[in-house]
Amino acid sequence: MVEQQQRRSTPAEDEVILTYRRKTFTVAPGMTVRDAITRCGLSPEATLAVIDGELVTDEVVLQAGDRVKLLATISGG
Amino acid sequence: MARGKHPLMKCRHCDAKAVVNMRQHKLALCGPHFVEWVHKQTERFIEKYNMFTRDERVLVAVSGGKDSLALWDILLALGYRADGLYIGLGIDGGLSYSDESHRYITEFIEARGGDLTLHTVDVAGIYGASIPDAARLTRRGREKPCSVCGLSKRHIMNRVAREHGYDVLATGHNLDDEAAVLFGNAMVWSVDYLSRQGPVLPPSHPGLARKVKPLFRFYEREMAAYAIVRGIEYMYDECPHATGATTIRYKELLNQLEESSPGIKLQYVLRFLKAREQHGLFAQVREQLDLRTCPTCGQPTTNDGACSFCRMWERVNDRRIEQGL
Ligand code: SF4
Ligand SMILES: [Zn+2]
Ligand SMILES: [Zn+2]
Repeated sequence: MVEQQQRRSTPAEDEVILTYRRKTFTVAPGMTVRDAITRCGLSPEATLAVIDGELVTDEVVLQAGDRVKLLATISGG
Repeated sequence: MARGKHPLMKCRHCDAKAVVNMRQHKLALCGPHFVEWVHKQTERFIEKYNMFTRDERVLVAVSGGKDSLALWDILLALGYRADGLYIGLGIDGGLSYSDESHRYITEFIEARGGDLTLHTVDVAGIYGASIPDAARLTRRGREKPCSVCGLSKRHIMNRVAREHGYDVLATGHNLDDEAAVLFGNAMVWSVDYLSRQGPVLPPSHPGLARKVKPLFRFYEREMAAYAIVRGIEYMYDECPHATGATTIRYKELLNQLEESSPGIKLQYVLRFLKAREQHGLFAQVREQLDLRTCPTCGQPTTNDGACSFCRMWERVNDRRIEQGL
């Protein structure tokens, strides 16, 4: 069981995975949250990043293995 | 996974890690200090713009979205006499939009011990058709129900505030909402709207509540951050009819400018208000507004007979009878 989990997570260990609505993006570690948001084609002014359930600022440098949840903040009709 | 491995941006007021960095204010804050800052700022705006006092009764229009729930939360935390108003629009859009929105409001109230007052108006139950159905039945909203929706929401808010004796009607509009509306109005030089748009709308008619926007100086992003930090669960999905809305396009444009010029959205709105208040911009237009009273509902209108709301619903109900609905 443990081994299986490890094996499944190994290929992604050295990258950063970001999710936004139903989409997933992968970026290399060492990039700031702000740059990663831009890389995903989103506006840093309209997006918040959550890592491990906690809000993080744009300047945070992403590390290998980070799982980032991106939230859109624009609303209104 | 340990967060400690990330280089930290610290809170301006303590040693904790910042969770929000507001570039337009050059201010980074930890969760607790951000909440404290939002509360203090809101209090300051309420006083500065003479929105309301602690003796007045405030009706907060809650949609289940982040801004309106944050507003209610802030006003309660600050000790204001704030009740909620939820308008059930009957929008489904494949995601039970209205029902889900209502559920978030119910949860918000339960999380605060259930001891809050919420007025609920079910549009279909009271007026005979849901907003999407009404829109389909009238020329006004063949393509999009937004105009029928906006007209109805405004009327219902006024009505409930008046019937229950509220002094003030508060909505969760944020800076991005204000900036986008200002941009849209300025694009077509809609002097009528430009003469009125602002954080406080005095009652245009006896018996109407004053309308205020206590969050109008906060960025939309900050309100989302506030909801997350406070653990407020909100309706994340947009109304299905909001897709492609011009407001959203304007917001995106303004955010592009903001990326390279932090603070430009805020200045755009604040300097507009200053030009109007201190230099009389559009002052002549404001004096010209000639309002009458709708003989059917008693609300103000620029029409010669029934107001747009009453006319629209009369048409909807005529069609319903014609079509045997
Ligand atoms: S997007 Fe249109 S239909 Fe949906 S809530 Fe807003 S105004 Fe109403
Ligand atoms: Zn702090
Ligand atoms: Zn009327």
